Amino acid sequence: MIDFITTYAPQLIVAGLKYTIPLALISFAFALVFAGFVGVFRSYDPQVTGFKKVLWFILNNLLAFYVWAFRSTPMLVQLFVVFYGLPKLGIEWLQPSAWVAAIAVLSLNSGAYASEAIRAAISSIPGTQREAAQALGMTEGQTFTRIILPQAARVSIPTLANSFISLIKDTSLASTVTIVEMFYLSQQMAAVTFEPLQMYLLVAAIYAIFVTILSIPQRYIQRWADRFVK
Amino acid sequence: MLKLEHVNKIYKEHQALNDINVTFNPNETTVIVGPSGSGKSTLLRSLNLLEHPENGMYTLDDRTIDYSKPVSKDTLLWIRHKTGMVFQQPRMFDHLTVMGNMIEAPVHVLKQSKAEAIEHGHELLQAVGLDDTADRYPYQLSGGQTQRIAIARALAMHPDYLLLDEPTSALDPEIEAQILRILKRLAEKHESMIIVTHNMEFAKNAADRMLFLEDGAIDFDGTPDEFFNHPTERIDRFLNAYKI
Repeated sequence: MIDFITTYAPQLIVAGLKYTIPLALISFAFALVFAGFVGVFRSYDPQVTGFKKVLWFILNNLLAFYVWAFRSTPMLVQLFVVFYGLPKLGIEWLQPSAWVAAIAVLSLNSGAYASEAIRAAISSIPGTQREAAQALGMTEGQTFTRIILPQAARVSIPTLANSFISLIKDTSLASTVTIVEMFYLSQQMAAVTFEPLQMYLLVAAIYAIFVTILSIPQRYIQRWADRFVK
Repeated sequence: MLKLEHVNKIYKEHQALNDINVTFNPNETTVIVGPSGSGKSTLLRSLNLLEHPENGMYTLDDRTIDYSKPVSKDTLLWIRHKTGMVFQQPRMFDHLTVMGNMIEAPVHVLKQSKAEAIEHGHELLQAVGLDDTADRYPYQLSGGQTQRIAIARALAMHPDYLLLDEPTSALDPEIEAQILRILKRLAEKHESMIIVTHNMEFAKNAADRMLFLEDGAIDFDGTPDEFFNHPTERIDRFLNAYKI
């Protein structure tokens, strides 16, 4: 057993450091950007009229469609559509490499969920905070960015951390689009060694270790964000 | 000067304000009393446009707005700047320290420098006896303390009119007295204040003028002496309800 671990664990960890972790970190960075934009946009009522209102309405619905589409289909299917499907359109710039396809799908998918977390966090801040800010003469924009968002950010941290953890594990799906990340490598090695139980338990343990280590910052971020609550 | 003419506010089946005509004079303390649901808060909130009546005219200094029309952003912010509001429940910005709360609007609305706002903030906190709490977060304060800070925060904007919506209803009598003493001091300095309250002692002591509201209409508009010493039959009944 010890022999098995010392033989195979290093290769798996290297694959993890080269593929799993970068995939997760890069995708989550993009996911946060998407989620921030979509979550804020869909929470914000700009109180405009005329053409701007039409534009806002259309964009708002497009974003709602994006969230709906990515939340109601399996990520594996999304990955196949992007990596195997899109190239068949024959459009030159739509021939994503495995990396681009994986990062695009992981971040768009995670971003769709995370945007809802941000939206929920924003709507959890009581309307009385908004009234208090406006009674002091703050504009809608100031109220939103200076009073609502900082408080909503704190509320959204646990849910966003959850999304991140899911994302780390979801990188294993990249194995289906030819990326030899940790799980793909474990499959190959299981086939050679005829030890699927030990091999898959080993890779599971390494995932668990990665997730545990990558979750540590959450504790500190949360502690900092909780400075103004009991 | 602050003036409402023929103001009506209608919620679904309920007329919250019914043809309100009233002028609030500067440098006076006006106390608004009346039974619950009589429209006192709605009236007060209409004065800084947190509430938007269906129709009527509102004049503040040289600007007049027609409630039946949309208000420009510029006018809205101007009115909010001229009027300060203190709510029944203190509404601290929970993510900011006490000083953060004090300087937020002076810095970002009045564009004061941070140093200037902090200096002024300390003065106002001293005036309400809470300068030692400047670095604390709102959760570390009691309800009475936060309400005193809410008053100081509103004053930091130098409003021409300070509006207070039952500022002591959520507090116990001892703390209530503390707050009312602060307000009485302001009244004696001839700040322009409009206060909705259920505290008749305070009204008797601090008001320059009394308004009695019932069913969204002004039923009495006069001096505290008239109100308390020569009440109409209806007001007499209202005042008697406070006696046990």
